[in-house]
Amino acid sequence: MEIDPFIFRLSIFILSIFIGYYVVWSVTPSLHTPLMSVTNAISSVIIVGAIIAALSGNDGEVFSSSSVYGFLAIILAAVNIFGGFLVTQRMLAMYKKKKKDK
Amino acid sequence: MSANLSAILYLISGVLFILALRGLSSPETSRQGNLFGIIGMVIAVTVTFLSVSNFTSGFIYVIIFLAIGGSIGAFIAYRIPMTAMPELVAGFHSLVGLAAVFVAISAFINPSAFNLGTPGNIKLASLIEMAIGAAVGAITFSGSVIAFLKLQGIMSGAPITFKGQHLLNALLLILIVILTTYLCSTQSSNLFWILIAVSFLIGFLIIIPIGGADMPVVISMLNSYSGWAAAGIGFTLENTALIITGALVGSSGAILSYIMCKGMNRSFFNVILGGFGATDQSSTDKNKEQRPVKSGNADDAAFLMKNASSVIIVPGYGMAVAQAQHALREMVDTLKKNDIKVSYAIHPVAGRMPGHMNVLLAEANVPYDEVFELEEINNDFANADVAFVIGANDVTNPVAKTDPQSPIYGMPVLDVEKCKSVLFVKRSLSPGYAGIDNDLFYKENTLMLFADAKKMTEDITKNL
Repeated sequence: MEIDPFIFRLSIFILSIFIGYYVVWSVTPSLHTPLMSVTNAISSVIIVGAIIAALSGNDGEVFSSSSVYGFLAIILAAVNIFGGFLVTQRMLAMYKKKKKDK
Repeated sequence: MSANLSAILYLISGVLFILALRGLSSPETSRQGNLFGIIGMVIAVTVTFLSVSNFTSGFIYVIIFLAIGGSIGAFIAYRIPMTAMPELVAGFHSLVGLAAVFVAISAFINPSAFNLGTPGNIKLASLIEMAIGAAVGAITFSGSVIAFLKLQGIMSGAPITFKGQHLLNALLLILIVILTTYLCSTQSSNLFWILIAVSFLIGFLIIIPIGGADMPVVISMLNSYSGWAAAGIGFTLENTALIITGALVGSSGAILSYIMCKGMNRSFFNVILGGFGATDQSSTDKNKEQRPVKSGNADDAAFLMKNASSVIIVPGYGMAVAQAQHALREMVDTLKKNDIKVSYAIHPVAGRMPGHMNVLLAEANVPYDEVFELEEINNDFANADVAFVIGANDVTNPVAKTDPQSPIYGMPVLDVEKCKSVLFVKRSLSPGYAGIDNDLFYKENTLMLFADAKKMTEDITKNL
């Protein structure tokens, strides 16, 4: 009997939870705020769904009822992607080590 | 692009996201980690573009909307002050939640675009995944909006409670399960809309009873929800990158919530059920005895610090409110010129989100190797001359160690009272979030500095 592809995705999901568990525990507490902003940015990879949804209309009808939701989702996710990564970068640039000469 | 190739590329982008989080284990590697995250995102978006076979005119609109959203995001990212980071993160979570809802709606209306069947005849597994994604997304959205309003001060940070609140929430949660079940058997779009509406309502209801200082837990929890919502959609779309990311973000938020709860010695449910600190007001008023307090001015504080050989700074949310981080760092610079050893002690729940204080200190150019966590520095208070408490309150209250009756008993606190002298910058003697008096105010070795944190710090610097 063939295994349902769903099981493979479920395996990936479960294993990723464990990876997440160990990786996040190793994050230094002082970087917890950047951690939140970067996880926020990467969870906006949901934009791939938004793009598929937006392009679900056909040539005659770019803005069908289903694609409008896709376009809206693209805007939201794009705000998050750009905002999330840039603000993380801005924060991380501020973390500096003590200068030796002080 | 072949389906297999794009699946592999999605996997690569998922791995890059793992590396992005891995990078955050130290500040040196963190910037590189962020870059990995960006590359992962570019790969995911590019692959999606390439695998959509029909290049319709909608394509141009996708680019346009992407650019609009992107510029709004970039604008916000550059303009936002560091003190507003908790609001920003809460706001961003709401967007992820809403995006998940929209994608789920779109997939429900037009399942054939996603290879999920036809309207009214969607594959059962996909329908369940869609419903979960939409429900969790909707909860994330409305919950984050409330968290945002509370943090921004538009809505009062005080817990809003009413009778039968928990019962109502429980009933609504059961209703969601029932709706999902019926949705699967009938495929009715009305049920789908009701499901989303009820989820919006739940998100709203579960966050309103939670008070301002519990926001670190709330934000982390919503962070986790946004991940689970993304994972739900990932299963619907059969997309590895989304599934991996959703799992990563989901567990990340869950761990942060756990760390925050542990920092307050409260169970997750105790925080979520809310209403903390609101009921104790009357009892504290009754017991209020006039205990003597020593108060001083900037001159006294400067004198004490000048004669110290080591000073520990304890910042809290009040520092963020007063925007005192830069003034503080100037004061520390002056102290260092006088060969005084200065370090910073950060309590896990100081501020309004995990790591809030660290970001503010980093913004004020405080080197991160002078900033210590509770466990690292707690033994040093006994050997330090002066503790400078600026904007923190409950996290320094010795009652947590001595009085089993206290609502904060057992919470890990900074052993500030062990210092030779304690300088406590505060506007008044009012109790902190937990609604209890801080014993530290009345200690023999405590000098209260009643003033705005920023102004007081500046005045001390002048007097040094």
